[in-house]
Amino acid sequence: MLAKLPSRTAALTSVVLALGAASGTMASNGFSDDVVRIGVLTDMSGIYSDLSGEAAVEAVRMAVEDFGGEVHGVPIEVIYGDHRNRADTGASRAREWYDNDGVDMINDLSNSGVALAVAAVADERQRHAISNSASNIGLTNDYCSPYVTHYTYDAYSLAQGTGKTIVEDGGDTWFFLTVDFAFGIGLEQQVSDVVREAGGHVMGAARHPLDTTDFSSYALQAQASGAEIIGIASTGADAINAINALSEFGVSPSQRPAALLLWFDDIVSLGLDTAQGLLINNAFYWDADEGSREFSERFYERTGRMPNMAHAGNYSSTMHYLNAVEAAGTDDPDAVSEKMRELEINDFFATGGYIRPNGRMVHDQYLWEVKAPDESEYDYDFLRLVATISGEDAFQPLEDSTCHLLNGG
Amino acid sequence: MHLRSLTLPLSIVAVLALLAIPFFPQWIYLVFVMKTLCFVLFACAFNLLLGHTGILSFGHAAFFGSGAYIAGHLVKNYGVPFELGILAGGLVAALLGAVIGALAIRRSGIYLAMITLAMSQLVYFFYLQAPFTGAEDGLQRVPRGTFLGVIDLRNDTALYYVVLGIVAVGLWVVWRTVNSPFGQVLRAIREHEPRAISLGYPVARYKILVFTLSAGLSGIAGALKAIIFQLAALYDVHWHTSGDVILMTLLGGMNTVFGPAVGAAIVAALNHYLDPFGAWVTVITGVVFMACVLAFRQGVVGELGRLLKLRRPSRPEQTADQPARGESQP
Repeated sequence: MLAKLPSRTAALTSVVLALGAASGTMASNGFSDDVVRIGVLTDMSGIYSDLSGEAAVEAVRMAVEDFGGEVHGVPIEVIYGDHRNRADTGASRAREWYDNDGVDMINDLSNSGVALAVAAVADERQRHAISNSASNIGLTNDYCSPYVTHYTYDAYSLAQGTGKTIVEDGGDTWFFLTVDFAFGIGLEQQVSDVVREAGGHVMGAARHPLDTTDFSSYALQAQASGAEIIGIASTGADAINAINALSEFGVSPSQRPAALLLWFDDIVSLGLDTAQGLLINNAFYWDADEGSREFSERFYERTGRMPNMAHAGNYSSTMHYLNAVEAAGTDDPDAVSEKMRELEINDFFATGGYIRPNGRMVHDQYLWEVKAPDESEYDYDFLRLVATISGEDAFQPLEDSTCHLLNGG
Repeated sequence: MHLRSLTLPLSIVAVLALLAIPFFPQWIYLVFVMKTLCFVLFACAFNLLLGHTGILSFGHAAFFGSGAYIAGHLVKNYGVPFELGILAGGLVAALLGAVIGALAIRRSGIYLAMITLAMSQLVYFFYLQAPFTGAEDGLQRVPRGTFLGVIDLRNDTALYYVVLGIVAVGLWVVWRTVNSPFGQVLRAIREHEPRAISLGYPVARYKILVFTLSAGLSGIAGALKAIIFQLAALYDVHWHTSGDVILMTLLGGMNTVFGPAVGAAIVAALNHYLDPFGAWVTVITGVVFMACVLAFRQGVVGELGRLLKLRRPSRPEQTADQPARGESQP
């Protein structure tokens, strides 16, 4: 059955943006069932619902509206579904969308497990999937596909951005507080490699289970290690709790915490008092330039919150997909895939961005420092740019990718 | 009597409907039905313990998830054929069931439930840390393979009939177990354990045996799920899944053989069709569950059976009861 939208308000439910009145009758060739349907598969009710969730759906809708609601006279429709952070639920929803509901592209895919499972389905069914909020670099390595795009960031870019820049700045002894999950351990290993390569030392790591609330012993271990930089290899609530504990135990001013994946929303919930001085790697900040401010203010009006990098990525990637559909003149997945990899991405999110054959979208990444409370002049004035990492340096070099598409197989 | 006479036509209708499902893809999604079938087998296997022996296990996810991981691992990394993968999943789960069962039945009631929960958490952390499972990313890209080397299971319809067949065999085993002398001993244990002991039954052995059987069938259900979705994930061994199966069983009716099947279908359908409500889905499921617990104490099927029984055959009993009460009053 179709995951249609619930009727909330008239404005929100106008999903089918058939602005051209006659579009329905014009059966254009090359468009499957005369509609370009985009499914947003996200976490609506769980731990990631705050960083993607409903706001991600809204970002995709904004992109569709800004595009004009139709492409070559064919209406564009947005539907959404909840994967509940379960790979099987996500995979079965994706399968159903592709098989029965004529979905042409699935966006968001928060949670790496879900993203990998959906990537497998997308490859098998030969339809598009774009991940914006998952970090697993498997998407552009063993699980790569001509139909899968990894857009906003990945674990590799996080490691490069934070690890390398900090070591070059003189922070060369590291200790990690790592969530004991594949995500945390993978991130810790990648940052460790980068740190060692850049001439730094890793003094050790403390691993904690998911959803830890009491970080006191981990904070003391970090203190005892004497490392200059404390790398926090977790995200969301765990990272917030870890940073709070480091601040409460007086570890953080002398030893500097570096959050390896902190979302803009996490800084909002931490508050500047606690978060000040943190270094974070984000592909997008709402107040970066004119274009991002314009988008973010419109986004704020609709959702009551500032967009994070995943929301901006949802918008930008949807726009890019639609541009590719327009350029190809069809929603045929192969033609669109070719156009997506051919067209350059230039918008408020990326300048000169392009998609590599393995599905990796390459664009600049930024390292930000959280401002002190007295430096913040207006609402959400939180970050200061520390360094720009060019896309070529930020992402895994193509020759290291294990993607089967790269060696002619 | 009336319930009996209704059972046969009802089951024929159900079987025909299940066989016809692949011909109506626009009405109901096949993979969803297959997933539901896995939970049907899981819930009925679980109910061998809860409903028929009176043992509340709060760790059945360990067996379900073990089946999924073992089958997925063998099929993916060792190229084991589909049927052997499923069997191995069931066998490993059964072995695990024998071990956990032997430990757990030394206590009863809430203590037994706590032991099974603790053991299943051990199993959970094993799968979280074991290198082959991919931790929270899951064991992905399990190939579906072929059935008996002939039928290509990548075709959903073919896989559906194979899954339907395996689940039917599993349910037959459950039904046969319940309606056997062995099943009667289990009910005797449930109703009055000391009496069963005094009659000379080796109660502990019976309990371990039914624990093993229930775990093995749960493992087969989990193995099927891994093949259908081509992945095994941590949620399958998480205690949430242990909770889900209790919910399914209570919702369907634990004093019936196939009530849990109906409960499993209800829970799966709620999760599937309420999806558009986003964050509200957990609230809605909770309210539905509360309503069911308050309104149908014996579960959907249990309550239905009671209503049917009350209708006709019980009338003479009621009239016979009243004078008896009248007599005792003065």
